[in-house]
Amino acid sequence: MSVAESAAATAAVRISALRYRWPGSAQDCLAIDALQLGAGERAFLRGPSGSGKTTLLSLVGGVILPQSGSVEVAGQALGALSAGARDRFRADHVGFVFQLFNLLPWLSARDNILLACRFAPQRRARIAAAGSTPGAEAARLAARLDLGAELLDRPAAQLSVGQQQRVAAARALIGRPGLVVADEPTSALDADRQQAFIDLLLEECAAAGAALLFVSHDARLAAHFDRVLDLAALNHAALNHATSAAEGAR
Amino acid sequence: MSPVFMLSLRSIANRRLSVALTVLAVALAVALLLGVERLRTDARAGFAQTISGTDLVVGARGGAVQLLLYSVFHIGDATANLSWASVEHVAALPQVKWLVPLALGDSHRGHRVVGTTTDFFLHYRHGEGSSLAFAAGGPFAEAPARAEDIFQAVVGAEVAARHGYRLGDRIVLSHGGGAGEGGPRFAEHADKPFTVAGILAPSATPLDRAVLVSLEGLEAIHVDWHGGAPIPGLKIAPEHVRKFDLRPKSVTAALVGLHSRTAVFRVQRQLNAHAGEPLTAILPGATLQQLWDLVGIAERALLAVSALVVVVGLAGMVAVVLASLGERRRELAILRALGASPRAVFALLAVESLLLAVAGIALGLGLLYGAGAVLSPWLATRHGLQLSLGWPAAGEWRLLGAVLAASLVASLLPGLRAYRQSLADGMTVRT
Repeated sequence: MSVAESAAATAAVRISALRYRWPGSAQDCLAIDALQLGAGERAFLRGPSGSGKTTLLSLVGGVILPQSGSVEVAGQALGALSAGARDRFRADHVGFVFQLFNLLPWLSARDNILLACRFAPQRRARIAAAGSTPGAEAARLAARLDLGAELLDRPAAQLSVGQQQRVAAARALIGRPGLVVADEPTSALDADRQQAFIDLLLEECAAAGAALLFVSHDARLAAHFDRVLDLAALNHAALNHATSAAEGAR
Repeated sequence: MSPVFMLSLRSIANRRLSVALTVLAVALAVALLLGVERLRTDARAGFAQTISGTDLVVGARGGAVQLLLYSVFHIGDATANLSWASVEHVAALPQVKWLVPLALGDSHRGHRVVGTTTDFFLHYRHGEGSSLAFAAGGPFAEAPARAEDIFQAVVGAEVAARHGYRLGDRIVLSHGGGAGEGGPRFAEHADKPFTVAGILAPSATPLDRAVLVSLEGLEAIHVDWHGGAPIPGLKIAPEHVRKFDLRPKSVTAALVGLHSRTAVFRVQRQLNAHAGEPLTAILPGATLQQLWDLVGIAERALLAVSALVVVVGLAGMVAVVLASLGERRRELAILRALGASPRAVFALLAVESLLLAVAGIALGLGLLYGAGAVLSPWLATRHGLQLSLGWPAAGEWRLLGAVLAASLVASLLPGLRAYRQSLADGMTVRT
């Protein structure tokens, strides 16, 4: 019981009775009764296209708020925060890795990693508390992610897709946020590299103590994770089923 | 450095070429606007500095502005002359302290020839009241004993510099406005050349580009002329002109100084109501003001056009930044994911546009001073316009402020667009 309580108190993500409908839409896009990701837990969320995956990530990031229900990240109810405070909270506590186009092409790899600290005073504070500097931390993470020091000063646009995704991972992890959200981060990589990237990401999230919410439509990748969730099953919104049916018919 | 400012700078550096062209367009527009303003104020100052210490200018009946323009500024021609009798009448008025007659109409290699008396050098004042100074030599001879001394000339600084004249050089006057250099030579007074007796120091007045001779000299070269052409078969050698009456029959205008400035309006009224030959008497300062009222319309139009050019420049800048916004949607989404607020995204784009505008303004000022330094000798020689290269004047600061305010407003546009875009897109760009 005490274990369950503490897990509930420090859950990386906790969603309850959530309903979300896009403005102007007639139907709910997301309807999730409960979804919980424990601190440091690494879960695979299977979400075919049209299952409301992007919407869910925006809700977890606090970019949008649900019409009803609550989203908590690291114990903080996002609905209780102002828009500006949610932006700061996202900067401090959530790292994102997207499918593609994660980086500002005109910044160096190093500056892209450091960009995560620009808007996040708490990330900087945690790095300082660990006795390091953002620059040193960026270099350390890059080295752990197999990015040579010589790559760090190159403009991001000159890096290969695999290198770019690793830079994005380093950026998500710098300053030890409690949660890393990865949205199809391997779909642009070939099979061997997918494997290597997921292993690296899992390893580094474990090292940083970050929970990982890995979202993909590719069920084959689920094998790497100890917990697998299915968004299509979690989401009761009518729209979702209609869309899925329509897509199945195509 | 704030993250937004750093990102703006880096983003600008990434798009050097389009940014450079945009900045150049704004710079050219700003340079044009300030250049027009500076030329305007400098031209006004130049005109205002041309004559001082003269209470009235008297000419034949006609427009006040026209009289001022042809008599003092050597622009345009007189339509009627002032008879010598009238000149003597004005000079004899008790309130009149001095009178300097001016006879215009001839030219030397495109430069105006002014027939006058040596009193001109005594009474003519320009700027803050300085009299004409000689770089070399002195005035032409007044009522000379020797026939050849009738043909003496004083040349302006520009005339001397342009043609390399030195004291003792001989110059030939042309009848009428002349055809300038390389023009037909049928109307030249080649039989009676003048000797350069003096060279004026630069005065930043039309006199820099004028040749001054005595009224007698001007009469003398016309003794064998009639109605604007040499009388066929009649040739009178220079040494014989003394046998003729060389008193002028008429002049173009006269500069008048009064004993007391308070009498100026009374004398003006008196002359304008003169019973004999119809006269026009003007106050140079007041007439100059009339001229500005007239020219003001054109000046304002010119200023409006250059202001429009600035608007076009800024609109081009906004267009470039807005166009880049389409390609940068993903960048903005990344920034949002990293915790940048929509306000930070707004600031990023607004700061970027403002930086471009400020760079344009700074470069524009640079261009203005650069072009000013290069062009000012040419403007001074060809157009007698003294371009000041000092710190921007109050009017220019106002214009700069207006441009800055306009660019501030203009830079809000990309900012607002990016703000709304990033609100709609959030962390992911739906394509």
